[in-house]
Amino acid sequence: MKSLFTSVLLAISCPCAAALNIFACTPEWGALAKELGGDRVTVYTATTALQDPHRIEARPSLIARARNADLVVCTGAELEVGWLPLVQTQSGNARIQAGRLGYFEAADFVALIEKPARLDRSLGDIHAAGNPHIHLDPRNVAEVAAGLGERMAALDSPNGKFFEERTGAFLLRWRQAVERWEKEAAPLKGFPIVVHHRTLSYLVAWLGMQEVGALEPKPGLPPSTASLTELLARLKQTPAKAVVRAAYEDPRPSAWLAERAGIPPVMLPYTVGGTDAAKDLFGLYDDTLARLLAAAR
Amino acid sequence: MFRSMGCAMALAVATAPAYAQQSDEVRKLQQRVDRLEAQSQSRGQSAFNPEISLILQGTAASLKQDPETYQITGLAPSGGEVGPPRRGFSLAESELVVAGNVDPYFRGQLVAAFTPEDEVEVEEAFFQTLALGRGFTLKGGRFLSGIGYQNEIHQHAWDFQDAPLAYKAFLGGRLNDDGVQARWVAPTDFLLELGAEAGRGRSFPATDPNKNGAGAWSAFAHVGGDLAGSAWRAGLSYLRVKPSDRAFEDTDSLGAPTTQSFTGESKLWIADFVVKSRELKLQGEYFRRREEGDLTFNDTFTDSYNSTQSGWYAQAVYRFRPQWRVGYRYDRLDHGEVSNGIVDNGLGPTAADFPLLMTDHNPTRSTLMVDWSPTEFSRLRLQFAQDKSRAGVTDDQVVLQYVLSLGAHGAHKF
Repeated sequence: MKSLFTSVLLAISCPCAAALNIFACTPEWGALAKELGGDRVTVYTATTALQDPHRIEARPSLIARARNADLVVCTGAELEVGWLPLVQTQSGNARIQAGRLGYFEAADFVALIEKPARLDRSLGDIHAAGNPHIHLDPRNVAEVAAGLGERMAALDSPNGKFFEERTGAFLLRWRQAVERWEKEAAPLKGFPIVVHHRTLSYLVAWLGMQEVGALEPKPGLPPSTASLTELLARLKQTPAKAVVRAAYEDPRPSAWLAERAGIPPVMLPYTVGGTDAAKDLFGLYDDTLARLLAAAR
Repeated sequence: MFRSMGCAMALAVATAPAYAQQSDEVRKLQQRVDRLEAQSQSRGQSAFNPEISLILQGTAASLKQDPETYQITGLAPSGGEVGPPRRGFSLAESELVVAGNVDPYFRGQLVAAFTPEDEVEVEEAFFQTLALGRGFTLKGGRFLSGIGYQNEIHQHAWDFQDAPLAYKAFLGGRLNDDGVQARWVAPTDFLLELGAEAGRGRSFPATDPNKNGAGAWSAFAHVGGDLAGSAWRAGLSYLRVKPSDRAFEDTDSLGAPTTQSFTGESKLWIADFVVKSRELKLQGEYFRRREEGDLTFNDTFTDSYNSTQSGWYAQAVYRFRPQWRVGYRYDRLDHGEVSNGIVDNGLGPTAADFPLLMTDHNPTRSTLMVDWSPTEFSRLRLQFAQDKSRAGVTDDQVVLQYVLSLGAHGAHKF
């Protein structure tokens, strides 16, 4: 009780912590904020790579962390619609409400793909704004990084120059890495895969891979034996060479299909922290490509 | 305008002499065009429509006892709709939820319930501040009170078809008063939240006083955080009201109808906790109520009436497959200590003339449910309960329930 009291007192008496306090909804944006902010930001990441980003709850610790945040960095495009609005209103933090400088949506900075022509939930759990899993195209990450660096500089002007320089340096390194990845990934052009959910669409588009099917019969519906059998039959016409899933997705459906179709199941980190190698954004792409290339070999 | 400019620029670049960066440039411009197009689409008056969602619910029930005879023996009736659903097919409340940001300073929400009796009830209609900052929010209007844990959860998001017995007995199902609420979240890494409410006291345990100022006061504190992959929250709440002529009907020892009413002070304490991991949710609440005042019997006798009564429930819900959950809940109420001056001082009526208040019965109930949610927008539930709310009577209840939600994807409370 005493330590609780002192920590409250400390927190009240010293909101002066110099670092910009960033609340990232997902690990990729947390990692990006760290790249751009270095030691002049403190970053709290609300979710891990092993959690389904569609099924997050407004748990108490998120409300507490959002209360102190200077900047909330999220994906937008309705990915966080199930929990973030509650966290924002319950936090009592005026700075991070929608429309304020302290609320940053990555999806504002990129063009979304797979915008549904028809909004009807009989089509599954579709996102009206388009596919929100934008971070798996590194060119999107660059766009978001530029926007985020600018926003951080606007919020913390004493460190503005520092953030600008770091953003510039990051973008340079990132561009070089993207060039390298594009070269390395050349064998993946036209590589036909089955995905679990439409989480990998941007990756597929970037690398010119071919998505020939999804384990989920409709977005958000877990695969059943019936739907997988149907998919297996379709694969006879248009064969795939790998079944790809994100680290947080149930491994059983992809194992089921992989075994029967005689193709390898591939687990991708999906975001930072999804595998041991995906320690940061560079590691995320290095590991993702290594795993896909191993399957394509 | 922007769109045509963007197109012209994209064209200009596309027809320029080829050089290494060209495809990248075109792509960037294409993105910009797409973005502007997307923005222009979402402009216009329709973009300001609030979020609207509709909840459809219904039940099919098989009950051993007639639900018309439902009572919680040993505790004063709460007057709320606390009985089990009708036997056979029955529509439950259909809820219309309309919510949205009013402006940068306020958010508003309406929850209207269409009852199966063709009435419309306003369950919630409140504003909430967005811009107070420093962890403060203010709510005003009619809203689900922040006391307890389940009280703030909308009925369609409950883990069982009905409310715990303690909620039925002590709050008439739930508390949604007209009033104001202030909340403060402490600037700590774990959740520490304090709140207070002043309300009119429009429903049980209050009696809707016709007076200036507040008729119900409550306060609550929540702490919560993460623990080894689970999230938890614990809370303590207090509610104080001063009911006046809170009347209910009963029958005396000869079977003649009687009217009794309570005037005095009622204080309720609630301790609650909830722990959630990916598959398992544990939840429990303990209620303790102290009432001090006078009881009037048939408008003839009036004497002191003091009671200290309590109740609790604990429940566990386990998700054994992505779409399937099974849950068990145990409820118990404690008749506790009741001193009735009319009986004690020998004014005439004996304890047998107060079967509801003076029967030393501790109601219990065991509930088992299994539900299937094909998506987060639909849920079918089968629930079995052995309900011993009535003294000496066991009611076996089987309820099949559906809960469907259409429209905007509302965020659910923890």
